[in-house]
Amino acid sequence: MFGAGPADAAQASPSSRVTLTINGERRTITVDNRTSLLDLLREHLGLTGSKKGCNAGACGACTVLVDGRRVNSCLTLAVRLDGAEVTTIEGLAKGERLHPLQQAFIDHDAFQCGYCTSGQIMSGVGCIDEGHTGSPEEIREFMSGNICRCGAYVNIVRAVEQAAHGK
Amino acid sequence: MSPQPQAAVGAPLSRVDGRLKVTGQAKYAADHDIDGVVHAVVVDSSIARGRITGIDTRDAEAQRGVLGVISHLDKPRLTYRQNQVSNAFPGERLHVFQDDTVRFFGQPVAVVVATTLEAAEHAASLVKVSYDAEESATDLTRGPAQDGPPPFARPYARGNAEEALGSADVRLDLAYRLSRNHHNPMETHATIARWDGDKLTVWDKTQWVIGTQNELAAVFGIPLENVRVLSPFIGGAFGSALRAWPHVTIAALAAREIGRPVKLALTRRQMYFTVGYRPAYEYKLRLGSTRRGRLTAMTHDFKYETSRYEQFWEANLALGQMLYAVPNVSQNPQIVPLDVSTPLWMRGPGYGSSAFVIETAMDELAYKLGIDPIELRLRNEPGEDPSTQQPFSTRRLRECFRVGARAFGWRRRDPRPRSTRDGDWLIGTGVATGCYDVFRGQAQAHARLDADGTAVVQSATHDTGTGTYTSMTQVAADALGLTVRNVTFRLGDSAMPPAPAQGASQTMLSVGSAVQDTCDMLREQAIKLAVEDERSPLHGVDPDDVVVRGGRLHVKGDPARGETYRQLLARNNRTYLEARGSYTPEEESRFSMYGYAAMFAEVAVDARLGLVRVRRMLGVYDAGRIISPKLAESQAVGGMVGGIGAALLEHTVTDHRDGRIVNANLADYLVPVNADIPDLKAVYLDGEDYKAAPIGVKSLGELVQIGVAPAIANAVFHATGRRVRELPITAEALL
Repeated sequence: MFGAGPADAAQASPSSRVTLTINGERRTITVDNRTSLLDLLREHLGLTGSKKGCNAGACGACTVLVDGRRVNSCLTLAVRLDGAEVTTIEGLAKGERLHPLQQAFIDHDAFQCGYCTSGQIMSGVGCIDEGHTGSPEEIREFMSGNICRCGAYVNIVRAVEQAAHGK
Repeated sequence: MSPQPQAAVGAPLSRVDGRLKVTGQAKYAADHDIDGVVHAVVVDSSIARGRITGIDTRDAEAQRGVLGVISHLDKPRLTYRQNQVSNAFPGERLHVFQDDTVRFFGQPVAVVVATTLEAAEHAASLVKVSYDAEESATDLTRGPAQDGPPPFARPYARGNAEEALGSADVRLDLAYRLSRNHHNPMETHATIARWDGDKLTVWDKTQWVIGTQNELAAVFGIPLENVRVLSPFIGGAFGSALRAWPHVTIAALAAREIGRPVKLALTRRQMYFTVGYRPAYEYKLRLGSTRRGRLTAMTHDFKYETSRYEQFWEANLALGQMLYAVPNVSQNPQIVPLDVSTPLWMRGPGYGSSAFVIETAMDELAYKLGIDPIELRLRNEPGEDPSTQQPFSTRRLRECFRVGARAFGWRRRDPRPRSTRDGDWLIGTGVATGCYDVFRGQAQAHARLDADGTAVVQSATHDTGTGTYTSMTQVAADALGLTVRNVTFRLGDSAMPPAPAQGASQTMLSVGSAVQDTCDMLREQAIKLAVEDERSPLHGVDPDDVVVRGGRLHVKGDPARGETYRQLLARNNRTYLEARGSYTPEEESRFSMYGYAAMFAEVAVDARLGLVRVRRMLGVYDAGRIISPKLAESQAVGGMVGGIGAALLEHTVTDHRDGRIVNANLADYLVPVNADIPDLKAVYLDGEDYKAAPIGVKSLGELVQIGVAPAIANAVFHATGRRVRELPITAEALL
């Protein structure tokens, strides 16, 4: 039932060294070439705030910012991020001071179970930076890559509005 | 005992765990950092029925980092004792890796364990399983029903429905088809298992830590106290985590066989195979009425799917018996065993399915008779529970409709179908009743008041997103006379005082009442200590005249005379006071207890494309006392979103040639996204129900979804003149 010992080298997966900045901290890491950014964060760096909801880019729970743009980290191979700047939910607050969108999510109760929340907030930060907050309809459209199964959408829109416009 | 001032309960507080959730610090099952953990990936069957003839693991085991592949060929030893606590379904649960039989598509047939997730995933793809496949049956509409009724459901009859139908002024004979739905919580099910000798600890996504503890003890044949289950945060569940599914056993088995802690997270695709679903239904309803809209008869003949190895049941009979004053009723439920995995209760189980049928049929009747749909319902309001002749503890459905009709602008509606247009869009409004049982369970809690004036309260309950951390803190804070900031509520650990599963909307009532009892005891203990202490300013005061507010005990009506918990404990050299309390519902209530809702929906239907958009919704609820209004509103709005999904989008599609679920992913199994959801409004009637519970609450979490789909279906009819008796309502049905 069990392998007799370490398999020969031919069966090992190729790996690469990448240097990237995660939440302001520059790191040089050897990654298995198969590793997604999401698995790098969660399984190798202990940053479990980004969530795996589908591993197929359909739910948005893994959303992070790469070089300021929101991406599905489950669909992004870590090996291609040499030189990139990555911001995750863990890097959003300034010390004890929450990012305005994090505070707005609490104020408006824009989550229930909280599992999609990291992705929603990172996506919301991207949405605000992109300037897609002109109306509730626009926010709904540009936040539709992030599924919330508890159904907190109404409050998510309010939270994004608050953070975008100081409402 | 003097009643405590109400400060935290009823206040629209933000979640006490909000900061953890918005900073990514809340730890869900797969997030726990367990030293030395390795990764497991399940290999699942690609046939629905037959035998495994071989498993070739050579390529998989040759991968670097692979620690082992386990299947039935290894004959892993599992005890599978009877578990009467948390195995709810007659039959026998699926045994993991004990034989070569395949019972459904996607059944776990092996597990690969490796030092990295990448290696485990790749190796799992290299495991070659060969089968001797047999013809499978997965189609409810073709499978024969099992002889006899489903478990816990007897055919029901009162009066003589056939005779009453024969003589009714008006008759409807309607057939419905409801598709299978999957819970699809955002968090995929995950388990981390660790053995320390013969003691097992699991970090698991579960809505019932005690249930999972019992199942693991039974499966592994070890004493209950050797198993500890931890589940501090749950990324949604909606029922899917109400039992310990095979993967929980697989994680613990792999950890035992490999000798390392093991983490196993199901893929989204695997979530469609082994963690339950709302079963598909075929439902025939006949309805008889007088011309003035008094119901005279209702018959319910329906069947739903279950597995061949377990007989699933859910509460699909109650509404047909108690919702309206119908003198003649018959119900004939049946199950159809198929080559599928066992369903499991999904938000509003049974009630949601039967409410869709009954409430859209009531709408049809209203149109047939030319009576306003709300008025028709009010004409059939029972004075007592027609199935038990018991008085209702509270039933304020009439008020729900009155308040809702006014707020929604119901009277401005032109009742004629297809009468309102907005460009290409046909506009319609609809209404439906929601109703759900008040389930109550035994619960215990423990509270400790420390010398620094803070308290920790705990119970082995859960927070799937419902807000348990917050609402229990509110109850405890008022009962102890502390500010919310000085109370910490803990949950999600089987070692804590036992609590029921977080299902059937029973947590607030059951655990909340236990927390109230516990904290009342603790407060009274402190008061007793004070009034018997000669050095206390409260010495000699009647304990019934003492209240506690902001951590300070004082004479009611004389705030100057008193002292703080801190002063009291310090002077008495007590580092803490503690109490353990409980809630046990009376065995038989004299009352019929349900929560009620009036649901209103406005939809727009594209006249040429059949596309349905919900424009607005309003729910008005009679749910008893509301402990945490901000969170209760979120739940109600979330229930509407869930109902919109069930009404218009959600549909598990099976290829009946081989039993494969073809849309087992979130790109093809559609759930509502932000752009699908307009502004939604929820109103809870002020009030309480102390016949239902010591803390005055009824039930809420299921209730808020029950009437949503029928309200939308009725609005679609009003918009288009097309009556769709299927869920979901698709564009194809409206073209």
